[in-house]
Order: sequence, then C-alpha cells, then structure tokens
Amino acid sequence: MTTNSVDRSRDLSQPLDRLNPDETLKATSDFLRGTISEGLLDRITGAMSSPDDVKLMKFHGIYQQDDRSVRDERRRQKLEPAYQFMIRVRLPGGICTSAQWLKFDELARAHGGETLRMTTRQTFQFHWVLKGSLQPLIRGLHEVLLDTIAACGDDSRGVMCTVDPQSSRFHAEVSAMAKRISDHVIPKTRGYHEIWYGDERVASSEPEEPFYGRSYMPRKFKIAFAVPPSNDIDVYAQDLGYIPIGNPDRLEGFNVVIGGGMGRTDQAPETYPRLASLIGYIPVEQLTACTDAVMAVQRDYGDRKERMHARFKYTIDDKGLDWIKAEIEKNMGFAFEEARPFEFTTNGDSFGWNETPDGRHHRTVFVQSGRLNIELLDAMRDVARVHKGTFRLTPNQNLIIAGVESEDKASIDAILDMHGLLIETASTLRKNAIACVAFPTCGLAMAESERYMPTFLTKLEEILARHGLADEEITVRMSGCPNGCSRPYIAEIALTGRAPGKYNVYLGGGFHGQRLNRMVRENIAEPAILEFLEEVIGRYASEREPAEKFGDFCIRAGIVREVTEGRLSND
Amino acid sequence: MSRLESPGQIFTPEQSRVVQELASTLAPAQARWLSGYFAGLEAGLASLSQPTVAVPAAVSTRKLTILYGTETGNAAEVARALDVALKGKGLTCTLSDMADYKVRQLGQEQDVLIVVSTYGEGDPPEPAVSFFEFIESKKAPKLEDVRFSVLAFGDSTYEFYCNAGKRLDARFEELGATRLTPRLDCDVDYEDGAVAWTETMVERLGAEVSVVAVSTAQPQALATSAQIAHDKRNPFLAPVVENIVIVGRGSTKETRHIEFSLEGSGLTYEPGDALGIAASNDPAVVETLLAELSLSPDDELEHKGTRTALGEALTQKFEITAATPRFLDYWTLLSEADELKALQAEDHAGERAVFLRTHHVVDIMRRFPVSGVTAQGFVSALRPLQPRLYSLASSLAATPDEAHLTVAPVRYELHNEIRTGVASCLLADRLTDDDHLPVYIQSNPHFRLPEDDVPVIMIGAGTGVAPYRAFMQEREVRGADGNNWLFFGERNFRTDFLYQTEWQGWLKDETLTRMDVAFSRDRDEKVYVQHRMKEQSREIFAWLEEGAHVYVCGDATNLAPDVHDTLIDIVASEGHTGREAAEDYVRSLQSDHRYQRDVY
Ligand code: SRM
Ligand SMILES: Cc1cc2nc3c(=O)[nH]c(=O)nc-3n(C[C@H](O)[C@H](O)[C@H](O)COP(=O)(O)OP(=O)(O)OC[C@H]3O[C@@H](n4cnc5c(N)ncnc54)[C@H](O)[C@@H]3O)c2cc1C
Ligand SMILES: Cc1cc2nc3c(=O)[nH]c(=O)nc-3n(C[C@H](O)[C@H](O)[C@H](O)COP(=O)(O)O)c2cc1C
Ligand code: SF4
Repeated sequence: MTTNSVDRSRDLSQPLDRLNPDETLKATSDFLRGTISEGLLDRITGAMSSPDDVKLMKFHGIYQQDDRSVRDERRRQKLEPAYQFMIRVRLPGGICTSAQWLKFDELARAHGGETLRMTTRQTFQFHWVLKGSLQPLIRGLHEVLLDTIAACGDDSRGVMCTVDPQSSRFHAEVSAMAKRISDHVIPKTRGYHEIWYGDERVASSEPEEPFYGRSYMPRKFKIAFAVPPSNDIDVYAQDLGYIPIGNPDRLEGFNVVIGGGMGRTDQAPETYPRLASLIGYIPVEQLTACTDAVMAVQRDYGDRKERMHARFKYTIDDKGLDWIKAEIEKNMGFAFEEARPFEFTTNGDSFGWNETPDGRHHRTVFVQSGRLNIELLDAMRDVARVHKGTFRLTPNQNLIIAGVESEDKASIDAILDMHGLLIETASTLRKNAIACVAFPTCGLAMAESERYMPTFLTKLEEILARHGLADEEITVRMSGCPNGCSRPYIAEIALTGRAPGKYNVYLGGGFHGQRLNRMVRENIAEPAILEFLEEVIGRYASEREPAEKFGDFCIRAGIVREVTEGRLSND
Repeated sequence: MSRLESPGQIFTPEQSRVVQELASTLAPAQARWLSGYFAGLEAGLASLSQPTVAVPAAVSTRKLTILYGTETGNAAEVARALDVALKGKGLTCTLSDMADYKVRQLGQEQDVLIVVSTYGEGDPPEPAVSFFEFIESKKAPKLEDVRFSVLAFGDSTYEFYCNAGKRLDARFEELGATRLTPRLDCDVDYEDGAVAWTETMVERLGAEVSVVAVSTAQPQALATSAQIAHDKRNPFLAPVVENIVIVGRGSTKETRHIEFSLEGSGLTYEPGDALGIAASNDPAVVETLLAELSLSPDDELEHKGTRTALGEALTQKFEITAATPRFLDYWTLLSEADELKALQAEDHAGERAVFLRTHHVVDIMRRFPVSGVTAQGFVSALRPLQPRLYSLASSLAATPDEAHLTVAPVRYELHNEIRTGVASCLLADRLTDDDHLPVYIQSNPHFRLPEDDVPVIMIGAGTGVAPYRAFMQEREVRGADGNNWLFFGERNFRTDFLYQTEWQGWLKDETLTRMDVAFSRDRDEKVYVQHRMKEQSREIFAWLEEGAHVYVCGDATNLAPDVHDTLIDIVASEGHTGREAAEDYVRSLQSDHRYQRDVY
C-alpha cells in the first residue's frame, strides 16, 4: 500500500456530515465546554440535562452512571434512575504522595460513598458521586495539584508505567517521563478550568488545541511504559507502548510497540483484541516527537465513521503496519532504529517487602480487585499519616507503599498488623487476578465481575489444590462484558460476561501478556465453567512439562488453537 | 330523675329505651358525670328556644341572610338545609358563602344566620378569611338593628375550639347586633346540634311570618344531599388498585401513591377536590383498650338505636386515639384524680390543651386506672370516628374512574410507644391486595383551576404536591395554554422527589412551564420553597401582574404562613410599595379567588 492509494473516505479529511455524529458533537463543543456549566445547575434532575454534555464530560474524566440495582424499582416509584457519577483521576504511573492520598481519602468519605477504586490503569476512581458534589470533589483534587483531564474521552488516556520495585533510579526516571508525556498529550482547552475551577474565560489568539484541533482523536488512545523484566502494564495491550532500553544507571532509549487493544464485541467478528506490534527503537530525546508522530497518524487516518472500528489497532490492520510505520517516520522526520533485545518474565506484582539499590523499601499490599472499602481506607489513612515516601498503584490493582527508609519499616508493619494486613493470606492465584468493576455501576456490564471474582477464585483454588497446584502462578482475569477492562484476552484463563451468571471462557494467553487467548466455551454458567476447568487443570497437572506455564500447555496439548494475530482470533 | 319518669314525651321510644337501660347500668360517679354532661348539652340546645329579645311586631318583611364559612363542606351542607327549610316555611332568604359575600351589603342586613367552622389556630376557614378581616376591621358598619345567631363548627381536640364562630358571635354583638339565640358550638359529631339549631331557627323566624298554610316542610336537616348516590353518609366501597411507596430507598419518609377505582360508583370530582376515607381503627389498639377496661369485645351496647358489640363499635364507630375534653371530663369523674380535677379549672385551659396533646385515651386510662367501667358509659365519652380527607392527585379527564392519592403515613412516639395514624396507617400497614375502603368525594370549590389561558403558580411541599398532579393532568388533557409554574419542597432530592419523572415529562412537553425545587436536608443550610420563591421574586411578581392564580397546599403550621409572608415581601419589594399596600395586594388576590390555599 502506498500513500496515494490510501482510503481516506472515513477519516478527518471528510466533512462532518459524512462522519459519526460524535464528530460533529466534538467539533461544535466549543472545545469540550458544551453546556456543562448550565447542566450542573439543573435541579430537576440528578443527571446532566443534555446527552451531549454527558459525552463531553468524559473528556473531563467524568462518567454519568446510575445505580443499576435500583433502576426498575425507581421507575415504578416514578423516580428517575439513581444518577451518580464516576470520576477518574489522572495519575501518570500510578504514583501519589501521602498528602495526595489523604485528600483522596477525605474526598471519598465526603462525596464518594466511602469507597475508592484502584484501576487497571493505575489510578483512582470515585464512584457514587452526586452532581452537586462534582465541583467540590474536583476542586479538592486541585488543592493537591491533581486533575481528571482526559481520564476518559477520545484523547490520550492515563499514561501507565511499570511500578518496578526492583529498581530506583530507572523507575524514577521513566515514571517522570510518563508524567511528562501525560502532561504533553492531554487536551489544552481552558474549558476544564472554567467549568470546574470557575476560572474566567480569557480571549486569546493562540489555538486552544494545537495538537488535537476541534475533533480530538477518533477514539480513546492509550500510552504506557513497561520496564523489563516486568510487563505489569501489559505493553502489548496499549495503543502506544514504550519499552525502556539501557541499564539501571543509564536510560538510552525505547523500543516502540503500537496498535494494542483489548475491546471486542460479541457476534461482531470484525472486532477483535490485538497485540501491539514492535516497530523499532528510538533514542531517549525523541520520545515526545515519536509520541506526537504516532498519535498524529491515528488522529488523521483513524476511522471517524464507525466508533466500533475507530481504535488505532484497526487503522493499522486496515492501512498495513508498514505504511503506518512509514507515516510515523515521515511525521518524526527520521527513521526508527532496529529494535533492541529485551525480555519480559512476568506481568504480575511482587508482594511483601522489596529493597531497591538506593536502600529504600517497598511493600506491595494485596487489594482484591483494587477495591478500597472503608476498612482498607482506614488502614491506609493511618499509613499515609506517617508514611514519608509515596504510594504506587499497580496495573494489577494492588498497592505499593513505596520509598520506605529501613528504620520506618517496623512502624509501617505495625500499622498494617493493627489492621490485619501484615500477613498476606491470599493465594498467588488471587494476588495477580484482575476483575473489572462491572455491576452495579458500570453501564455496560452484562454480568458480575468485581463482586463475583472472590467466590469464583475460591472455587478455582479448590480445583488447583485438588491437583496439587495450589501455589501455581496462573493469570486469571474477568470482565463483565467483552470490552475487556481487565485485559482478559492476554490472560491464561479469562471470563467475559455475556448475561447475568453467563460467561465466555478463554484459554491460552501468554503468562506475561505476550500471546492472546482464544474463546473455548461460550455463554456458560458457573457449574459448566468449573467442570470444564477441572478437566483442563487435571490434565495440566498430569501432562505438563517441567516449569511449563498453563497458557503454553493449553496450546501444546491442543486444548486451544494458538492465536497468532488478533484479527484471526475469531475464526 | 324527673325526666326519666316520662321519657316518652322528650325522647323517641328508641331513645327512651336507651336512656332507661343506660340509667340502670350507671355507677354513681357516672350518673353524676352524665347529669353534668347533659346539663351542658341541654343548656346549649334548650337555650336556643328561649327568645333573648322581645320579637318586634311585623317583622315578616325583614331581610334574611344565611352566611356560611366552610372548608370541608359541613357548614355549607347545614346552611343549605336551613335555607331549604326556611323557604319551606315561606320565608324569603338568601344563602351566601362568606367567600362570595359582598361585604359592603353588611350594612343593609337585618337577620343574619351564621354557620362557620374553625381552622388552623382557631382561624376562620380559608375562604372566609377576607370576610373576617373586613368585619373585624374598623371598616365594619354598625349593626344596630341586625339580629343574628351563630352555629359554630369545630373539633374539641383543638385548643381553640370553635373559635371562628366565637369571634363572629362576639363581633356582631360589639357592632350592636342582637342575638336571636345564643351561639351553639358543635364538635365533629355536629349532626344533632345542627338539626336542633336549624329547627329552632325555622320555628323562631317562621312564627314571625303572617303567612298561613305553607306546606310545613319539616327541616330535613341533613337529608338534602341524600339524592347523591354516594356521599359522606353513604360512602362507596372502592377497591384499592395500586398502593406503593414512592420515595426511594434510604428516605426518611414513607410517602405512598395510592389508586382507587371509582368504577360504577357514579362519583365524579374536579381537580382540587379531596377524597374522604372512612377508615377503621387498628384492631391492636382496640385490643389494648379492651384489656385496659377488662371488657370483652362481645359486650353489647346501644349505638344510634342499634345494638352493637363493643369490639365492633370501637373498631368502626369511635375515635379511640386522641382524647377529647369530653373524655377528660368523663375520666376525671370516674377516677376522681386530683391531677385531672386540677385541669378542669377555667384558668388551666393551657395545661389542659397540653395534657390532651400528650395523653391519648389509652394514656389517660393507664395513668389513672378506673375499674368497673361499662361499655355504654365508655363510648358515651368518645366521639364518632371521622373520615379522613386526602387531596385527589389525579384528574378524571386523564384517568377516568380512578382516584389517586399521595399519602404520608403518620407515625409518632408517645409514652415510649410507636403510635400510628388511623387512616394513613390503615393504608400503609393494614391493607391486603383485594381490599375495598369506604370513600366519598369532598368537593372543594375554593381550590380550582382558572380559565385555560390563565397562568398558575403552584406551591406545595410533601404531599401538598398532590393536587398539582391533578392540575397538570387536567391542563394537559384540556390543552390549556396558560403557563404553569410549580414550586416543590421535600427533604432529599434523591429519594423524596415525588412524581419526579412525571414533572420531568411535563417540563419536556412544556405542559409545565417552570419548576423550582427546594430540598431541605441535602445540605447543611436548610432551603425551603419560600427561599426559591424569593430567588424568583421579579418573575413571580411579573406573573402576578399578568393575572396568575396562586395555590398553596400542604403543611398548615409552617409552609402556609411562611409562603404567605414571602408573597407579601415579594409584592412589596418588586412592586416598590410599602408593606401595608403589599398586604392589601395579597388580600385582594385572596378575595378575587386568585390566591387559594388548601392546607392541613
Ligand atoms: C475502571 C476500569 C476497570 C478496572 O476494573 O480497573 C475500566 C472501567 C470502565 N471501562 Fe474500561 N476500564 C478500565 C480499563 C480498560 C482497559 C485496560 C487498559 O486500558 O489497560 C481496557 C482494554 C484496553 C483497550 O482499551 O482496548 C478497557 C476497555 C474499555 C472499553 C472497550 C474499548 C474498545 O476499544 O473496545 C470500553 C467501552 C468503550 O470505550 O466504548 C470501556 C469502558 C469502561 C467504562 C467507563 C464503562 C463506560 O464506558 O460506561 C467502565 C467504568 C466502570 C465503572 O463503573 O467504573 N473500557 N478499559 C479501568 C480504568 C482504567 C483507567 O484508569 O483509565
Ligand atoms: C383538606 C385536606 C386534605 C388533605 N390531604 C392530604 C394528602 O393529600 N395527603 C396526606 O397524607 N394527608 C392529607 N391530609 C391529612 C389527612 O387528612 C389526615 O389528617 C392524616 O393522614 C392523618 O390522619 P390519620 O387518621 O392517619 O391520623 P390520626 O389517627 O388522625 O392521627 C393524627 C392525630 O394523631 C395525634 N398525633 C400526631 N402526632 C402526634 C405527636 N407527635 N404526639 C402526640 N399526638 C400526635 C394528633 O392528635 C393528630 O391529630 C389532608 C387533610 C385535609 C383536611
Ligand atoms: C386542618 C384542620 C384544622 C382544624 N382546626 C380546628 C381548630 O383550630 N379548632 C376547632 O375547633 N376545629 C378545628 N378543625 C375542625 C373543623 O372545624 C371541623 O372539622 C368542622 O366540622 C369543619 O367544618 P367545614 O366542613 O364546614 O369546614 C380543624 C379541621 C382541620 C381539617
Ligand atoms: S469490562 Fe465491561 S463491564 Fe467491565 S468495566 Fe469494562 S465496560 Fe464495564
């Protein structure tokens, strides 16, 4: 494929009326302002009065939701749905200070139903926030220099970075870059400051969105940094992934991967998860240029007619990887170098205390599905009151109390002990399992996930125990719908919801996220799921080769055909 | 006992039997009390027949006017009956609602017969307010050659019993008018008193006309409305077709939406009317009383000329929760407790009222135990169970044959017990699916929508929003083009926004022009409807100037007065007039029926 033959009938070059209505919405939104300010004042509804504003607010990190468990009951009571909002914080690399933690804690207690959710992209979500609490909450975050810009919406989302409790300098350096890139790629509109902080609108001759323009991205765009040997952030699931190259005391550059993504839709074979493709290497100083170049290609050529087909992964498969790479290089003004060797060994977390070369200590605490309930909030508030280091949220929804001096370890342990968190009783299986939020807040959920995962794991643990595999590390991920927020399609065992109590079952993913899995059972309930897994795990126990990973076994044993390319995962 | 020797002459055979029987069962204390009780009653009735002035000659040509002030229709009903009866005697008289009465005519009046009830803190019925303001003001004319008589309706559980009647009675005298007969005060069981008073009036004035044989239409006192198939006295057994809590989970309220089917009843109503429900008492409370009395539910007694079982009577016929002064007298006599006697003294009215508020029948019985109370004696101290009224929340035009209500169950703690409201908690707790309840329509001509093109401002809190749902349904069906503005107040937005989705629908299709809400418990600082009104002062005044009608419904103790003051403030500030002028402005709104209230 060459530039002049490329099909441009579905992209930015087209007039708005030929594109998806959302494109008009963005273009005419006055740079994401819409009528949000007015909507916030409407006292007759707990929702936003205009559906357009609901969409625009995603760019501000805010999702309108409703408590689905009382929907029907309220309809009969002639009450509108119990509208509430989910607010996602922008927290590059998942790092926050104790002061920031205490603010999260305070805001969650005051406005967020006394709960916080740590996400698979290393940030916090507030749920159960009422319309009237949006402004106070966002202003509260502002007090500790945090915002929610582009936490959602058709823009570049929260930038992830390996938590890497093994290295210190390296991590500090890379995570600082994650922060810098995040600040660089977020929308620049002043609308956010006007609506939430009450800033005056100032007339300016400068373009409000130098990079995005009025139309922003065709769809969400995700960037992450994975520091080998840990692939905890699942670099192959990212639209744009950077793999730092160098040695602990000298960062040289990055291998670049593009076009990863999980989301698929049932009964729609044209949708599929895709692993990001390695396209080369860039020196450190080219990081920003490369980021702009890659995003520009997706901005200009991404599908703006059909949102289901608008992610970067489809643009790449449609236009061809080589052509895309060439376009990127054209934008950068230089070519990618040969990718450098690297090796990932896991995408899980390492629990307990870890020491880094700088003599600091880091303790990873297991948090089931990232849900901080009131007990955990109380515990961590006590920690935050004395902790001098930082907190790191892991992509596996766990928590690291990071940067602890040797002399302070005891006091941290004492607090954890007081709250019964010192001894990790959770199994290896459980500690690295991921479940998305789903019911009752997620508007797209088809089946339970976060609320069902604990019991499902207990039953799976029993099966493993029966076959003497109690300590086996297997990645298990559950999503309440095929969107795949728990990155299920690269797990060794995955469940995605189809209907209440019904799931698709997937096997054969790579242990450190290097291979997609494939659906082996469709739309079945727990008994059938367990019966099937019992059988497969039984075989694994008896037929596995030494140190053979469960995912690899499933393929070698022919239980599932290997998926070599995302677009082939449905056939 | 002279009367009882030849009861026949005074009583109907039926009555005399009762009296005989009663007498035979009387304990001394009861006898004493009864004589006192009857003496009082008699003084009232008997005094009617004693002319207090010498009847001037040739008065048959005197102008005769019947004035009534009413909210729930009792006074109107009796006044109408009187009108019919007098006309039957060949008298010419005009019947007039104080609400419509042209006060400047007062000077030309000669004989004025007044029937008036009392509301609020001893206030006149809402529609009669401006009449009262006029007659109690300096503008009132002298009434030297006017003769008058007052029949006052009230409820003895209220502190200011029959106070509106008392006020008119005193004021007419002040203005120089002379009483035809002393005022008669009637409790909620006003029927007998009303009949007696009506008869006396007919005799007194009838005697003055020189006309001979007129068909002596006996004062069919309360029978006039008997033509209506179903009414207060002959309620319709309506099936409950819907009965759900309409406040969301976690609400501090329990408000319900209830639907009755009126199919086949022939009952019709207009938006603004209320539904009367003849509820029965909570069997549990009846049991408690029986236990305290150590009487059996099967013990028989005489009620309205039929023998009834005590249990049945206490469940269906009498108020058994809140105590009346009559019950207090009764119990004082039986118990001879000093503490109760002390309350009898005239100058202890205040304490007495407080005592009655904090001691219901059962509390008094428990605190001052008395043994050997008879079934007959006990019920003689109770008053008839009154139907409860509920604003209709639906319009027949929109929901034919249906009657919708918005009901807030009444629950409160008294002496460390949770007590429940008779009617509201019958609806909330004691209904089964296929239940039927006796209902009737209580028309309210003073809470009506104006012409279709006239704008309306509706103000209500809690269940006070009910009639506005009926208003909006009606205006939607009629395609009325007048603007509609609703002010609604409750506690919490998320749970207590009554009929939220319906208002949202009407706002969307512009049936409802504007809506402002105030939720008092969402934030630390309390916001009520009057605060929202203040915020909209300019607009509200503009609407008033365009001829908007204003409605207030719901709580009588706080909402109504606060909204009233706010209205005056708004007129004063936006109309740039003084307070005086603003009050006149609002007063004239009232007298032009442009400011209507239905508060309880
Ligand atoms: C909170 C989180 C799951 C968790 O348990 O942590 C989450 C939750 C939601 N995701 Fe997600 N996604 C989350 C990570 C992901 C990931 C994983 C990742 O990015 O590493 C994916 C797969 C990767 C990808 O993008 O392909 C993911 C793919 C989706 C999709 C499918 C996108 C697609 O291209 O098909 C949707 C639906 C959509 O966007 O239309 C979605 C939509 C949603 C929404 C906002 C539902 C909605 O659109 O109304 C969910 C909010 C539920 C709630 O009540 O909180 N979420 N979502 C994660 C928040 C990450 C963050 O902090 O930003
Ligand atoms: C015109 C009109 C319209 C109405 N519309 C509605 C409507 O739309 N919706 C609605 O819910 N109601 C409405 N009401 C009120 C309704 O008629 C009843 O008064 C109410 O439901 C209570 O009746 P109940 O039989 O349940 O309680 P009752 O058995 O009558 O109990 C109320 C009595 O209990 C006693 N009591 C209450 N609280 C305490 C306390 N804290 N301490 C001691 N004693 C106490 C008092 O004696 C009080 O009079 C309306 C009233 C009127 C006059
Ligand atoms: C909300 C309300 C308040 C009342 N307040 C009083 C009062 O203060 N004093 C009193 O004697 N009766 C009071 N009553 C009783 C009425 O005067 C009594 O029910 C009367 O029969 C009503 O007559 P009407 O139907 O002509 O209005 C009140 C009744 C209601 C419904
Ligand atoms: S995977 Fe589906 S159900 Fe789970 S959070 Fe994402 S969108 Fe919701």
